Amino acid sequence: MSQNYGTKRIVTGAHYGLRDWLAQRVTAVLMALFTIVLLAQVIFGGPLGYDSWAGIFSSQWMKTLTFVVILAMLYHVWVGVREIFMDYIKPVSIRLSLYVFAIVWLVGCAGWAIQVLWRL
Amino acid sequence: MADNAKTPRPVYRNIHVSDIVTYRLPLAGIVSILHRISGALMFLLMPFIIWMFDASVTSEISYESFTSVFTVGCADGAIPGWFFKLIALALIWAYLTHFTAGMRHLLMEVTHSYSKQAGKSTAVTTLVLSTGLTVVLAAKLFGLF
Repeated sequence: MSQNYGTKRIVTGAHYGLRDWLAQRVTAVLMALFTIVLLAQVIFGGPLGYDSWAGIFSSQWMKTLTFVVILAMLYHVWVGVREIFMDYIKPVSIRLSLYVFAIVWLVGCAGWAIQVLWRL
Repeated sequence: MADNAKTPRPVYRNIHVSDIVTYRLPLAGIVSILHRISGALMFLLMPFIIWMFDASVTSEISYESFTSVFTVGCADGAIPGWFFKLIALALIWAYLTHFTAGMRHLLMEVTHSYSKQAGKSTAVTTLVLSTGLTVVLAAKLFGLF
């Protein structure tokens, strides 16, 4: 194992940059696949109405997939808006407030979406 | 030396928001900022997106309220249906733009196409695809076909 202390210690990089970069791509691919799966069911599912539309989300595999995609979106959007705030908002107090707002907004939205999904 | 000290030279300590108007963005830069704007828009409109999901799948009655918002409007037409169609169109644009711009990123990373030319050509494809699809879906949304 390489030495990472004393004078050889790497002081830069907490590696969350790479982690978030990768997470942004993995979650994006998941959501893109979900889009294709959903579109395919809408296009080939016959005439669109309440029954066919709600029916798409009633199967267990689609519920599970939608649940995972909601969580993926939660993280994807968090990384995205945090980046916007880090780029444009410099005063720490405002930036921190916006972080809190974004977390409350996103967790609230994800909770609502999962609640809708769960009672189907 | 004395002359130099007297001549006021412009100092650029930091860029200001108002400098945006003088920027000349390349196409890749336009795609980049649109990627960001579309993401922020979807973030802000997220409660409306989930309301649409909620109303459209929960029951046949709520499905009616979902469709009527786009035809009749909200609060007995105080907020007209076309207004909600415009919001839906903004979301369609944002989704398509964000989707294609994201695919562009993934494609460039997978194929290592980081040249200036690749940046430009993929930006053109992104803009053409997302704008074209938005126009088609806008026509569908407002009942042109």
